[in-house]
Amino acid sequence: MTSEAVVHGVEWTVKELFVYPNEFIYWSIQIVMYPYMTGLVAGAFVLSSLYHVFGQKDLKEIAQFSLVFSLALLPVAALPLLLHLQQPLRAMEPLLTPHFTSAISAFGIVFTAYALIVISEIWFVYRRYFVDQVHELKGKEGFANMLRLNVYRALTMGSFDISEEALRVDHKAAKILAGVGIPVACFLHGYAGFIFGSVKANALWMSPLMPVIFIMSAVVSGIALCMLTYIVIMEWKAFRKRRTEGVTAAIEIKGAETDIINTATKYLLGFLVAAISLEILDLIFRGYTAMKSWDILRSVMYGKDFINIFVLQYTLGNLVPFVLLLLPGRTLKRTVVALLLVLFGVFMMRWNVVIGGQAFSLSFSGYMHYHIPIIPHSVETFKEGLFGALTVIVTPFVLFWMINKFVPSLERGEEAKY
Amino acid sequence: MKWHVLRPLWLAIGLVVVILIARQFMVPEDFGVHGDSFTYNFYRLSNVQEWKDFPVKHQGRESCVECHEENVTTLNASPHAPIECENCHGPSVGHPDDVELLPIERAREHCLRCHASLDYPNHARSELPNVRDRTHKRRRECVTCHYPHDPREKPE
Amino acid sequence: MSCSRRDFLKQACGGTLASVLPVSAFTFLSPEEARAAVENANVRWAFLVDTRKCVGCGLCVKACKNENEIPYDAPVTRTWVERYVITNDGQAHIDSPMGGRDGFIDNVINGEEIDPDNIAKAFFVPKLCNQCDNPPCVQVCPVGATYQTDDGVVLVDRDWCIGCGYCIMACPYGVRFFHPVHKVADKCNFCYHRITKGMNPACVESCAFDARRIANLRDPDDPVTKIITTERVAVLKDEYGTKPHVFYIGLDENVR
Repeated sequence: MTSEAVVHGVEWTVKELFVYPNEFIYWSIQIVMYPYMTGLVAGAFVLSSLYHVFGQKDLKEIAQFSLVFSLALLPVAALPLLLHLQQPLRAMEPLLTPHFTSAISAFGIVFTAYALIVISEIWFVYRRYFVDQVHELKGKEGFANMLRLNVYRALTMGSFDISEEALRVDHKAAKILAGVGIPVACFLHGYAGFIFGSVKANALWMSPLMPVIFIMSAVVSGIALCMLTYIVIMEWKAFRKRRTEGVTAAIEIKGAETDIINTATKYLLGFLVAAISLEILDLIFRGYTAMKSWDILRSVMYGKDFINIFVLQYTLGNLVPFVLLLLPGRTLKRTVVALLLVLFGVFMMRWNVVIGGQAFSLSFSGYMHYHIPIIPHSVETFKEGLFGALTVIVTPFVLFWMINKFVPSLERGEEAKY
Repeated sequence: MKWHVLRPLWLAIGLVVVILIARQFMVPEDFGVHGDSFTYNFYRLSNVQEWKDFPVKHQGRESCVECHEENVTTLNASPHAPIECENCHGPSVGHPDDVELLPIERAREHCLRCHASLDYPNHARSELPNVRDRTHKRRRECVTCHYPHDPREKPE
Repeated sequence: MSCSRRDFLKQACGGTLASVLPVSAFTFLSPEEARAAVENANVRWAFLVDTRKCVGCGLCVKACKNENEIPYDAPVTRTWVERYVITNDGQAHIDSPMGGRDGFIDNVINGEEIDPDNIAKAFFVPKLCNQCDNPPCVQVCPVGATYQTDDGVVLVDRDWCIGCGYCIMACPYGVRFFHPVHKVADKCNFCYHRITKGMNPACVESCAFDARRIANLRDPDDPVTKIITTERVAVLKDEYGTKPHVFYIGLDENVR
C-alpha cells in the first residue's frame, strides 16, 4: 500500500457537467460515520440520564447498560476523524491552539469534558462494586486474579469507604453528573450539526435548523441502539440459560423486559417525530422560498437522490418503524426490526446531509457522484472506504466487551451489586 | 463531608494541567493573534516569512536578455512580443548554472492554445490569426513553417 | 420523583454552567473586527481580471503550476480558466478541462460538439482565490493554520494544518484543495513570495493579453487601483458577505 501523490477525493468522485476544478467529495464516509457515532453517544447518555435524573424507574437496567455503552462508543466517536484527517499526527492541535471561531475547535474540549463526565459517573455508580471486587480477589491465587485485583485497585482510586453515607454521596454525585452531562452530550452532537449548518457556502447545509435536527436524530439513534443491544444481549443470555439449565431455571432469567421496552419506545417515537418534522419543515421552506440554489437542490433531491432520501430515509427509516412500533400487539421481533430500520434511517440522514451536500457543485451547474471504495488498494481507500467504515462500526462492540469485563452492566435484580 | 467524591475532579484538573503543560512544549512561541482580529489573525507568525522565502521559479524576460539578446530583440519587434519567454521555455530558475538547456515547446497543441479557431462572436480570440486544427497541416508541428520568435518569418 | 429545591438548584446551575462554558468560547464576528484586520497596513493586495481580453490560452494555469509546485498532472490547481458558451437557446455550456491547463482548442464541451453558428456569446473567466476581507475559510479553521496577513493575503501554514478540510468546504468559490504531496490545504496566495519582492504573480506575468493584473489598493498611484476605483467592476458571489478582492471587468450574468 503506497501513499502516492493522489488528490484526495479523486478516486471516489465522478463529476458530471460543470464542476469547479478543485471540487471533489472531500468529506466522505468517515464524515458520515462521525456524526453517526457521536449521535449514538449522545443518545445513549440521554437514555441513561432519563433514569438517573428523571427517575424513570422502568429504565433502570437499560440505563446502566447504556451508560457503559456510551463510554465504549466514545473513543469510537474520535476514530472517524483520525481516519479522515490528512495529518492525523497533528490531531492534538485543536486542544493546543483552538481557534474558537470554528465549530470543529469545540471538539477537543467538548469531547474531553464529556469523557470526564461519563468516566466520573461510571466511577460513582460502580465504586462500591470495585471495592467489593478488591476484597473478593485479595486472597486469591493466580496471575489473572492478581491482574484483576490491581485493575480494580486502580479503579477505586484509593477510596474504600462504602458506608451508607458514602454511597449516598456517590449516588447524589452520579445524579448530578447525569444531569450536567445531558447538555454536554447534546452539545457534543449539536455542535456537529452546527459544523454543517453554519457553512454558508453549502446550499444544502446552511440552515439554522441543522443543529436541532442533528440532536433530535442523534437521540433517536442512541435510544434505538441501546434498546437493540440490550434486547439482543438479554435474549441471548436467556436463550443460553434455557439451553444449559433447562426451562425452569430460565424462568428466573427473563429476557428483555416489556416495561423497559415500552417506556424506551415512547421516548424513541417522540424524538423521531421531532426529527422528521424539522426535516420536512426545512424542505418545505426551501421549496417555498426557491432561492438560487433551489433548482440544483431540487434536481438532486427529487432526481438522483430520490431513493436515498424519500425511500430509504423517510419511508424505510422513519415511517415504517413508526408504524411497526405503534401497531397493537407489538412483539419483540417486530421491535427489533423497527429498531434496525431506525438505525438505518438515521445513518441515511447523515449520508444524505454529508454526501448529499456534495452531490452538487458550488457552481450550481454540475453534479458529483460518490462511489465509496469497496476493496481498498491504498491506505486512503481503506481509511475512507467501506472497510474503514466497518472498522468504526465494529470497534464499540469490541470495546464494550472489554470494558464490561471490569464494569459489568448487564446483571440485574439480586445479582446487581449497585 | 465525604472527600472521596472529589477524586474524579482531581483527575479532571490533572488532565487539564497536563494539557496546559503540553501546550508550553508543543505550541510554537510565536503562535497567537497578530493583528486586530482573533477570527482572522490567529496564526504562527514565522510562517509569513516562510512563504516569502518560497523559491521563485519564473525569472522574467529581463533575465533572458543578458545572454539571448538577439532572440529577445527579434521577439520584441514581432507580433509575439507580449508572450513571455518562459511561456514556451518553462521557468528558467537554475538556468544556465544548474540547468544547461531549457525545454523548447514544439508541440502543435501549444500554439493551438491561442490559434485554434473557435469562431466565437465578438471575441478577442477571433482577432488573432487562427486555424482549424482538423484541416490545417494535420499532425505537423507548427514550428516547421512558422518561426515562434517572429511568426511572420519562416524558420531557418 | 422527589427532588429537593436545593438539588434542583444545584443541578440547574451545573447544567447551565456546563452548557454556557462551551458556548461562550465562540467568538462572534463584528464588522469592526473584520475591517480592522487589514485596515492598518499600507499595502492591500487586490486583483483585476478583464474577461474581455482573456482568450483561454491557459498559459497562466501552466505557469502557476510550475511556479507553485502543484503537480502538473494532478487535477487540482490554484488558478483556473472557465469557458462559457451561451448558445442561441439560452443554454450555458461551461467547462474547464484540467482547469484550462492545456487551453481550449476545440468546441467539444462536456462531450457535446457545439456548432459555432449556434453560439450567441462566448467568453473565458479566469478565477483564483479572492483573498476576501471576511474569509470564511479562515473563520472555520479549527487550529489557526490559515490566516490573513496584514496586507490582505490569506495564507496556509503547511506545518500546522491538520487536513480536516473544513476550509475547503467553507469557501464559496471552490479555490481550495488538498495538496496531493504535502497533504495539507492549499490555494492561490497571489504568489506571495513574488509580490513581496516587487515581482508580479506568475499568472499575471504569463498573460500575454493583459487579462490579469495585480494591484495595491492602498497606493493611489497604482494604475490598476485607479481602474478598480473609477471604472465599473464586479465581484463573484458577493451575497455571501465575503468581501472578495478579485475584481472583474466584463462579468456576465451567466458566470457561476
